[in-house]
This record gives sequence, structure tokens and C-alpha cells, in this order.
Amino acid sequence: MTSHEWPLFEVFVRAKRGLNHVHVGSLRAADHEMALHHARDLYTRRNEGVSIWVVRSDAVVASDPAAKESFFEPSGDKAYRHPTHYAIPDSVPHI
Amino acid sequence: MAFDDAYDALTDHEDDARWAYGTGFSDPLAGVPGDLPDGVDREDLAAYCLMLGDDALILSHRLQQWITRAPELEDELALANIGLDLLGQARLLLTRAGAAEGRGRDEDALAMRREVAEFRNVRLAERGDDDFAHLVARLCAFSVWRLELLQQLTGSRDPMLAAIAAKGVKEVTYHRDYAAQWVVRLGDGTGVSRQRMAAAVDALTPVLGELFQPHPVETRLAAEGVAVDPAGLRATFDDIWAYVLTTATLDPAAAPAVTSSTGAPAGGRDGVHGPELGEILDEMQGLARSVPGGAW
Repeated sequence: MTSHEWPLFEVFVRAKRGLNHVHVGSLRAADHEMALHHARDLYTRRNEGVSIWVVRSDAVVASDPAAKESFFEPSGDKAYRHPTHYAIPDSVPHI
Repeated sequence: MAFDDAYDALTDHEDDARWAYGTGFSDPLAGVPGDLPDGVDREDLAAYCLMLGDDALILSHRLQQWITRAPELEDELALANIGLDLLGQARLLLTRAGAAEGRGRDEDALAMRREVAEFRNVRLAERGDDDFAHLVARLCAFSVWRLELLQQLTGSRDPMLAAIAAKGVKEVTYHRDYAAQWVVRLGDGTGVSRQRMAAAVDALTPVLGELFQPHPVETRLAAEGVAVDPAGLRATFDDIWAYVLTTATLDPAAAPAVTSSTGAPAGGRDGVHGPELGEILDEMQGLARSVPGGAW
């Protein structure tokens, strides 16, 4: 990134009706205010959202792809942790 | 709503299938009666709707000309969104003008089949922009003025104009916010950006006085509670414009001098335009005129 480029921000939008904020993409902006404006213009123009979060991408701490084995694979063989033995009613969506 | 299913509160039963793409779209004019208000001159109402509709239509076209030319992708989309908002306002207002006029002209006929001298937009709307600073300064001044106008127009005796205004208030509030932030950012920015923004504000001065110059149509309709007298927008405009310029560390004295209400030269509201409007219409109307009745 050259010094003339605006910093990157990650955008999270909450859809209507109380569901959680979901990461929808990223954008460039000079500051947080501009990032909110841009997020509104880029990601909610089809009536998708009622709330927006923006966060500087360099403020996100991510897991290390090289640590995948120790981080994620130990849970792979523990099917007893999954609630697969419950019947979910048809009227419960988004699960 | 049934309380035996908690998820009822979270989902939209009307069109849940399109959940991921946004739902709950609504028609802001639903249920608004289209009848003309009693005792209002049809030609006056048509002319007034053309004035406000042409302001939006012509500025929308100017904004569209920035597509592929904006300094950043994000701002290009912002300008396109604002242009679309204004185009939507223009469609409703031109449709209303056609209905009031009663000669069978629809929004397309009014937008695409009128000559320069028949357009009623203020000249601020048709100005070309030397750079991005000129654009955002112009958009800011236009939005400050139009927001105040639309807010007052929500009390119009014409229910259709009132509903169109109420829809526009939400849109133009955002336009004003977007443009004002850029005026402040560039004015209170680097030496170069400040110089360019100051030049952009200066360049606006000759076309701002016209915004507050009542046309006889506006005066007559304002007296009947249908239109807004633009002279009454002046005080609020000056306050907000001075506030934006001061925040941008620019000279608020750069705000335009008040034009005398008597003997003012004819302006955009009378169909007197600069050569730029002809260029806009050549581009905007070219396809519609070369393929009469074409549809896509």
C-alpha cells in the first residue's frame, strides 16, 4: 500500500429484524466517518441494512493460517459436541 | 403477530425468500390522492412541478457525467446513488406536471421532448464542474437549498407535492451531509485542496442569488398554500452555508449577496439558460429523439 492510498476498512451490516451484523466486504476511506458514508453507499443501497459497523482492517487480529492444525482440527472428530440429536421444528429458520 | 413463535419477530413474512437482498420495499406515494387541489391554476401547478423536477433532472445528469471520472470508486457510487435519488424525484415531479397540465404528456415526453427555453431549472443545476471541489461545493449549496425547500413543501396543500417532498427530504438530507463533509474535508485539508475549494465556492456566487428569486408562478402558488416562496429560504440557507464554510475554515463572507427582488434579470425559472444546458440536452435527449418511442 502506498502512502497515497486510503486505509482499508471492514464493513459489517445488520439486516432487518434483529439478526446479527454480518461481514459484507471492505472499502477504502480516509477516516471512520467517510467509511460509514461509503459503506452506506456501497452495501445498503438495495435496502439491506438497518445498522452498519466499520472497523479499520489493520485493527482486526486474525488467526494464523499456519496454525490451522492445532487451532481447528482437534474439534473435527468430536461429533458429540454437535446438537445433532435434537429435532429442529420446521418453524425455526436461520439455523 | 403470534407470540408462540419467537422467530415471528425476526422474519418478514411478506417476501422472506429475498431475505439476503433487502426486503420491505415500499411505495412512498401509495394511497396519495392524485386529484388537483381546489382552485389551483393547472398551468401554474404544472410549471411549478417542472421547476422542481427540472432542477433534479438536470443535476442528476451532471452527476451521471461523473461516472468513470470520480476520484475514488467509493465516491463514484455515492454520486451515482445521489444522481439516482434526484432522477427519482424528477420522475415523480414531471409525472405530476404532466397530470396537472392535462395534455397527455408523460414524464418521458417532458424530459426528452422539450427545448432549452422550456426547461425551468435554476442555473446552479446545469453548471459544469471544473473539478471535484466544484462538484461537491455545488451539490452542497443545492442540497442545503433544496432540503429547506422540500421541508417546507411537505406542508403543501397539494397532497401529491407534499408526499413527493416528504420522500425527498430523507434523500436530500443525506446528499447535504455527503457534500458538506467533502466541502469541510477539502477546505480544511491541504494547501492545494483548500485553494481549490475556495475557488469552487467563489465560482458559485453568481448563480446562488437566483435560488431565492421568486418567479410569479411561485408567488401565486405560495399564496394559495401549494408552493414554497423561495425568498423565505434565504435566511436558513445563509446560516447553514456560513456554518459549513466556517467549519471548512473558509471565508463565510464568500456567501452571495442578496439579489434585489425587483428588476432582477431573467433566469433559469424563465427558461433563460447558459450554453451548457444545450449541451446537456443534446446528450440526454439524443437517443430518445433519434429513436422515437423506443423502449428498453
